[in-house]
Amino acid sequence: MDQDKGTHNGYYYSLTRNMLLVIILVAIMPMIVVSSIILYQFDISYHEKVHAHLEELVLKHKHNIDGFLKQKLGDIRLLGKTFSYEELRDESFLRDRLELLQEIYGPVFVDLGVVNDRGIQVAYAGPFKLGKALYSNAKWFQMAMKSDHVKSDVFLGLRGIPHFIIAVRENYNGQPWILRATVDFVAFNNLVENIRIGETGFAFILNRRGEFQTKPLFDLIANKEPYTDFLKDSEKFQDGVRIIERDDDAGNKVIYVAALLKHGDWLLVYQQKASDAFSDLRRTLRVTIAIMLLAGICIVVIAFILSKRMVNRVASADQEKEMMNEQIVETGKLASVGELASGIAHEINNPVAIMVEEAGWIEDLLEEEEFRGGENLDEFKRALEQIRTQGRRCKEITHKLLSFARKTDSRIQDVQLNDLIEELIALSAQRAKFANVDINVNLQENPPILHVSQTELQQILLNLINNALDAMEKTGGTLNVSSELEGDYIVVEVEDDGPGIPEANIVRIFDPFFTTKPVGKGTGLGLSICYGIIKKMGGDIIVKSTMEVGTTFRVKIPISKDEQTEA
Amino acid sequence: MLVDDEVEFADTLAKRMKKRKLITSSVNSGEDALEFLGQNPTDVVILDVKMPGIDGIQTLREIKQQYPLIEVIMLTGHANVEVAIQGMEIGAFDYLMKPMAIDDLVYKIQDAYKKKSIHVEKTKERLQSSSG
Repeated sequence: MDQDKGTHNGYYYSLTRNMLLVIILVAIMPMIVVSSIILYQFDISYHEKVHAHLEELVLKHKHNIDGFLKQKLGDIRLLGKTFSYEELRDESFLRDRLELLQEIYGPVFVDLGVVNDRGIQVAYAGPFKLGKALYSNAKWFQMAMKSDHVKSDVFLGLRGIPHFIIAVRENYNGQPWILRATVDFVAFNNLVENIRIGETGFAFILNRRGEFQTKPLFDLIANKEPYTDFLKDSEKFQDGVRIIERDDDAGNKVIYVAALLKHGDWLLVYQQKASDAFSDLRRTLRVTIAIMLLAGICIVVIAFILSKRMVNRVASADQEKEMMNEQIVETGKLASVGELASGIAHEINNPVAIMVEEAGWIEDLLEEEEFRGGENLDEFKRALEQIRTQGRRCKEITHKLLSFARKTDSRIQDVQLNDLIEELIALSAQRAKFANVDINVNLQENPPILHVSQTELQQILLNLINNALDAMEKTGGTLNVSSELEGDYIVVEVEDDGPGIPEANIVRIFDPFFTTKPVGKGTGLGLSICYGIIKKMGGDIIVKSTMEVGTTFRVKIPISKDEQTEA
Repeated sequence: MLVDDEVEFADTLAKRMKKRKLITSSVNSGEDALEFLGQNPTDVVILDVKMPGIDGIQTLREIKQQYPLIEVIMLTGHANVEVAIQGMEIGAFDYLMKPMAIDDLVYKIQDAYKKKSIHVEKTKERLQSSSG
């Protein structure tokens, strides 16, 4: 039994688990798939958006810086073209020019100088003492001698401060001379340094050799590989902007955006950690994952509760079914016992009839003269009488067996319940008086007419009343008979205050041949007949018994619908 | 006449009835009963309901058709009251449940015989009045 229970529990456990899994899978899978697709699309478009934004930014600044450089060069070229070598050689004139430039453009130009073809600075205006300085070995000077104008890389130069030179070459009497201006590094640096986004985004400029042309915001000593890669690929993005993403040394993903400046001499690089650039995306992702986790937990909890509840339902349904099965088996058992009983009854009845008849014949013969006065005549007669009595007893048993098999008069009649009960009470009154039992009757007034077999109903109630009287035979007591209308049923209660029925017997009292009476006193068929009949009527019979307090039989008799409405 | 498939029962009952001054013969099936009635004039038939071959009800029908004046008393096992009632509807005089007291049977036979006699008288009278 316990093992049986165990396998049952195992079955329900696996049922719960399967249901749980199915519900979770069905609920969570679409959520994951849909969210993943949306997130993926969002990720792509967000990347595109960020990239486009950065490209735009870098391109704008590239134009800015290029414009700045071009404008400064234009200023110096204008100066060189407008004034002659003679005029500019005059340092005070030069100083005036510088002051004018600084007045217009702010402190962008640090100083001005005029250099002859041998690289000697013949005139200088500015804060440093650089008059007569020799520039013949300076790179910018060599370049300027070859082309008309030069924008140099940033270098420390003679003064030891980072700066770069804009120089233009002019001719005077067939001899080239050069007007050069120093652009303030700080002013230029600001142009680039102002490109700042988020916490890690910043920009800087490199020259072709990978040397910094502006002061980067953070230390970038480490790895110049990405920048040199850009420089190598520079042909590919002549005018445009190039974006790459790659891991830096610390393993963080970094976005690099690069654009060429100064006709490809310089490279404007903007870099930002991807985590910073996509911080919005990350946040969205985190929120989404949090929501999904929450939803997942909800789903799991709900799935758990649901499957638990469903399995409980299934379990209780199974239990009900089992009970039904038991009842069906029980009914079937009673029915087959009934068949058997009627067979036995028929088979036994004929031999008994013959025996009784033979006994009668002997009795007849004993009347003859020759036996009169015989010694044992009385003894013979007594024996024959006994045979007849026992034959009658057999007949009664077979009668009961047959009524158990429901072959009595089962024609449906209109039955007035109260009259029937009162008749039965009157029948039992004599016996009750001997047994010292008081009978109380409490009947429903004007009960509906029942459509049942009168004989059968009589049989049931008489049986119950007789049983009650039997129970109280020794002690005396009170017998309560009551009837009451309960919905579609009339309920008749037969209640005694006898010794009660032991627990062990209660379950068996409707079994055929179960009796507690001494042999020969009861057949054990009474209650099983009652049970069979009442079940056939569509009613029910219930027994309640408490030891030393008494026993109550409740008989529920169905009222047919039309009668009910009439009533 | 007594009809019952149980030979012992029929014989013993026949002996007891003879002892009570009733002229009795017994047969053991419906077929035999009909044959016997064809040869011997009979007043009352005691007929068991449950027999192999043609059963009591069928036999009763035949008897009532061929010899409407013969009265029939049915003998049943206990439970087939419905059959007994059916027999009454067809025209049996009465029914008794086995095993029965011999005296009851004798009284019933006497009643049946009286009824038959009255019937015969009436039929004769009718015949006479119609012929006369």
